[in-house]
Amino acid sequence: MNKLLLSAILLGLLSACASTSDKGQSAASVEDKSLGQQAGASTQGADKQGMAMDPLKDPNNILSKRSVYFDYDSYSVKDEYKPMVEAHAQYLKQNSKAKAFIQGNADERGSREYNLALGQKRAESVRKVMNVLGVSDNQIETVSFGEEKPKAEGHDEASFAQNRRADIVYQGE
Amino acid sequence: MKCNIKWMLMLCWLALAAPVHAALTIEITGGAGNQIPVAIVPFAAENTQSQSISGIISADLTRSGLFRMVDTSGVQPLPHEPAEVRYPDWKGRNAEALVIGGMTPRPDGRIDVRFRLIDVVKQNQLAGFSYTILPSQLRATAHKIADVIYEKLTGDVGVFSTQIAYIIKQGKRFELQVADADGYGAQTVVASQEPILSPAWSPDGEKLAYVSFEKKKPIIYVQTLKTGTRQALASFKGSNSAPTWSPDGKKLAIVLTRDGRSQLYLINADGSNLQRWSDSSGIDTEPDFSPDGKWIIFTSDRGGSPQIYRMPAVGGAGQRITFEGSYNVSPQFSPDGKSFVFIQRSGGQFHVAVQDFATGQVQVLTDTPQDEAPSFAPNGKMIIYATEINRRGVLAAVSSDGRVKQRLSVQAGEVREPAWGPLLKNQ
Repeated sequence: MNKLLLSAILLGLLSACASTSDKGQSAASVEDKSLGQQAGASTQGADKQGMAMDPLKDPNNILSKRSVYFDYDSYSVKDEYKPMVEAHAQYLKQNSKAKAFIQGNADERGSREYNLALGQKRAESVRKVMNVLGVSDNQIETVSFGEEKPKAEGHDEASFAQNRRADIVYQGE
Repeated sequence: MKCNIKWMLMLCWLALAAPVHAALTIEITGGAGNQIPVAIVPFAAENTQSQSISGIISADLTRSGLFRMVDTSGVQPLPHEPAEVRYPDWKGRNAEALVIGGMTPRPDGRIDVRFRLIDVVKQNQLAGFSYTILPSQLRATAHKIADVIYEKLTGDVGVFSTQIAYIIKQGKRFELQVADADGYGAQTVVASQEPILSPAWSPDGEKLAYVSFEKKKPIIYVQTLKTGTRQALASFKGSNSAPTWSPDGKKLAIVLTRDGRSQLYLINADGSNLQRWSDSSGIDTEPDFSPDGKWIIFTSDRGGSPQIYRMPAVGGAGQRITFEGSYNVSPQFSPDGKSFVFIQRSGGQFHVAVQDFATGQVQVLTDTPQDEAPSFAPNGKMIIYATEINRRGVLAAVSSDGRVKQRLSVQAGEVREPAWGPLLKNQ
């Protein structure tokens, strides 16, 4: 199940850079090929090669995407963010020493303490998606900044939408 | 030893942070319908001091919204002793009460202050006190006199001698400050480049619990005001927040996410004996003890939207107590335990509201759109809260009947998270 999912994700990732001939190969060879050509979704090869770009920082890699945005009063992870969360889940499973903090945030409206709890619940929602994909709680710590660390300082809906967010941050970043 | 160095560094840091005099300015924006007319005569020899004691008393009483100051100019000579009072002077000005007094400097540098409160209609003395004080105690003494006058004329305890705690944000700097209820004498309790929130007074007024992000996540600290010493009360995995003291000061209710969701826990004031207190499927936060310690009220979204719940302090099922609207948060018991104040969202605006426990009746007290963090004065007559004026965070106060309104602001920066301190025992 996990392997199938992994290969599905990797195929998705590669669609921009790899030729269709990859389709005939096994999941493992897809993985190898991607690492050889361009940084892929796994650092197994990257660590050995040293030359490859860190997939977490590669702007062409979905792992460089870190933010899940939420609706007002809501903490459910919308479908559009699931491929990104799934990619991070796979990364964590393949890198058992990696540790991720999921930082939940809320917009400025309403109670600061309730917003702290809401930010936590948003971070927990992302964690649960990862748990379902098999990531151990030992690799994830959720934390909330509530409304205290707004990314956007404005007081309009566009800013509020930016601030209703959970960020995935890796230890050491 | 390592610990000691840490403490010394922190004390230095606090000492550097201390000289801040961003006084809160209080502006009265609405008054009660029936104000009691009071004449406060300048005290004998009060101009020997740098501050006018009668002026401080007048400002206190005026700020409460319950009194109207009667003009004393034109009365010659101004009385300072009961024998000097000519009642027609004051009846003619429609004064119902008269305050007279005087100050006598002593050779040792201290000052004798005496005052009398006189009922103009009945022509008798309602109160009379004398104090021997240091010049530095002048403001505090004026507040005590204002408390006596307030109590004699309204029947309620005065809160002019109390303090308020609040957070100021200036640029990237956060400070937890404590000031007198009239905004004077602001002192910085702790300063940080990271957010501080949710200050909570211990019942004896000697300590503040608060939440600080200085270690990059919310941790609860308890700090003794006189010494500046502090301890991390709760620093568990995840968030540690929303501290509130039990009425006997022995325990605090707090909110932890160590087990995933935000849930209520109980902890001794020394950080020992942590117990989980609520076990719900949603967010439980913002606990507050009833004055008799038997109940807690808190915010929970277990029913789908944030609402206020009540449960016995010994534990048990929570019972939902707010039903109007889809967002009711930040509850706090009134000092008599008969009602609670909270924030209610309606039409996208957040207002201060009070709900009576017996009738369930809700009264919305404010019309400002972004109200947060309401906190009762210890006499239950005023509620201080955070709001926004022109996109800037200010504090405001409203009487519990909604009629008297005040605004408290600082010259620079944003003020938020007010907590009204308790009545102090030796007042």
